[in-house]
Amino acid sequence: MSSALLNVNDLRIYYYTLTGVVRGVDGVSFQLQDGEVLGIAGESGCGKSTLGYGLLGLIPPPGRIAGGSVVLDGIDITKLKPAELRKVRWAKVSMVFQGAMNALNPVYTVGHQLAEPLVIHKGMSVKEALEVAGEMLKRVGLGPEVLGRYPHELSGGMKQRVMIAMALLLKPRLVIADEPTTALDVVIQAQIMNLFKEIKQRERNAMIFITHDLSLIAEVADKTAIMYAGKMVELGPSDNVFNNPAHPYTQGLLRSIPRLRGKEKITWIPGVPPDLRAPPPGCRFHPRCPYAMDVCRSEEPPTVEVEKGHTVSCWLYAKR
Amino acid sequence: MSSKLIMEKVFKYFPLRRSLVEILTFRPPRYVRAVDGVSFTVDEGEIFCLAGESGCGKTTTGRLIVRLLEFTGGRALYRPRKEILSEIPPQYIVEKEYVDLTAKLPRQVDKLLRRDVQIVFQDPYGSLNPRMRIYDILKEPLDIHGVGASEDEKREKVFKALEEVKLTPPEEFAERYPHMLSGGQRQRIGIARALILEPSLVVADEPVSMLDVSVRAEILQLMMDLKATRNLTYVFITHDLAVAAYICNRIGIMYLGTIVEKGPIDLIVNNPQHPYAKALIAAVPEPDPRNRFKIREVPIKGEIPSAANIPPGCRFHPRCPYAMDICKKEPPPEIEIEKGHTVSCWLYAKR
Repeated sequence: MSSALLNVNDLRIYYYTLTGVVRGVDGVSFQLQDGEVLGIAGESGCGKSTLGYGLLGLIPPPGRIAGGSVVLDGIDITKLKPAELRKVRWAKVSMVFQGAMNALNPVYTVGHQLAEPLVIHKGMSVKEALEVAGEMLKRVGLGPEVLGRYPHELSGGMKQRVMIAMALLLKPRLVIADEPTTALDVVIQAQIMNLFKEIKQRERNAMIFITHDLSLIAEVADKTAIMYAGKMVELGPSDNVFNNPAHPYTQGLLRSIPRLRGKEKITWIPGVPPDLRAPPPGCRFHPRCPYAMDVCRSEEPPTVEVEKGHTVSCWLYAKR
Repeated sequence: MSSKLIMEKVFKYFPLRRSLVEILTFRPPRYVRAVDGVSFTVDEGEIFCLAGESGCGKTTTGRLIVRLLEFTGGRALYRPRKEILSEIPPQYIVEKEYVDLTAKLPRQVDKLLRRDVQIVFQDPYGSLNPRMRIYDILKEPLDIHGVGASEDEKREKVFKALEEVKLTPPEEFAERYPHMLSGGQRQRIGIARALILEPSLVVADEPVSMLDVSVRAEILQLMMDLKATRNLTYVFITHDLAVAAYICNRIGIMYLGTIVEKGPIDLIVNNPQHPYAKALIAAVPEPDPRNRFKIREVPIKGEIPSAANIPPGCRFHPRCPYAMDICKKEPPPEIEIEKGHTVSCWLYAKR
């Protein structure tokens, strides 16, 4: 599809460490349409945050994009020079970072930090920028008085709202949220999730929501992707992925979530995720998979469409 | 009575540092009232859960029970298992088989109680000494408490403990260092260390909150299996109500140093009464994609205030959508809604 807002093709992001090459993201492809919300879930170390940073061209060293392309609105991010990238970043794609507590600069007021991207990208005067910033704060449920405050004067939930306002400031087509509620209490988390739902309705920008908590993905995402050991093992409309999971890993994950109501027994996935310096041959999930066959141990599984728009990388569904 | 632990209006205040001006002007010292009149009982063999947001005092309460902190006031009666009880001098025993944890206890009694009440910590990465082998980590409590006559006997106990938490073969795991284990495996070491002295009460402080979902279930199951085989009683501290609903029998919901609602878990999950408990339960996300079309009703405002500056009256009133005049003046009474289910809220008080 050429009309997609974001087209990620065979993206590889490797960390070149002294002890070997860590394949953080290893051949991920997906597309995102305008206004769509994609949730990316997986356990710690599966590469979901690395993927998020990759989409902004913000991979920390020793990481590097080792291959593939990220085409956002017709521009291949992986080919841009740092100066060009700075123009795209925040204007076209922005990010709500993990741990809002530490993502704001403690020595500047909120107003200063919110005005900065407007001054730099849009050439506004500081006064104009503060006006726009105050307007944006209102849209995330904060009063204009917050502009004059320092981050330490705000609570965790308020800081996260400021971060969200900052991400929306330049009206980017795509907002990436990386574990945006992890450090927050559940009541505040619910309020922030409500805010994301409102934003989705109102701003109609596309969003990528990265979290380890499948329940939160169910709260906002139209499409759900599951990552395991650097690969995207399943991708589809949220209803299909949650109600009819295809990959044994997705099935295992969903069965391991305790529910508030309903007493069905939860189960777990035995074993641990592999070392990404030397992932197992064949399907990376095979050492933990209850259905592993011979072919899983030797050959990488193909990506198969099980329903319309619902793909899975698993030998169980491959016709041979 | 079959209560294992009876907490009666226990308090823990942490004094705040005073400035020179405050000292010179004889201003009264100020305190963080972390635990402020908490009462609950834990029955023999049950899992009692303390739940609430960060800063509500649940961890402090847990640490008081294991006496990592000293009580400021109140009464906390604990019934040790028989072998321990028989070694405690009679002057420290109250009501035949209880020990008051808030009393000043001599070292010898202290040590006996520490064998019987153990804790599993939240952070499996920070609670194991990185420079000790697993074998030494597990053997240390045995050395301190003089359990096991010979080195061989201790070795056997350590291996057995490893097997019990399913880290097999034990010979291999015993030689490793903590950094060589995954988060789930480390938390098993934490559990093995707590259980090696054969305690009868275990305080588990958020034991699964730092683990990935796929291993969380395994640790919860392990804890339940061990409880069954060893006849344990747990005080389970968590912020995750879904985990609480899965594992515990009864729950106490804490807010700013007090328990606002307590009772059997099913009653509280399906029929919460306190406005705070209602909001907390409504806020729990669930893996159902239909939720994305609805906004969750969490009518409470703002965030939890500092425990150094607790609002007068009902401490929840500044955030409560139903706050009345009386809520601002007087702390609410504890009212029994149905059998064993109590709530501290003026909404339910008959006046």
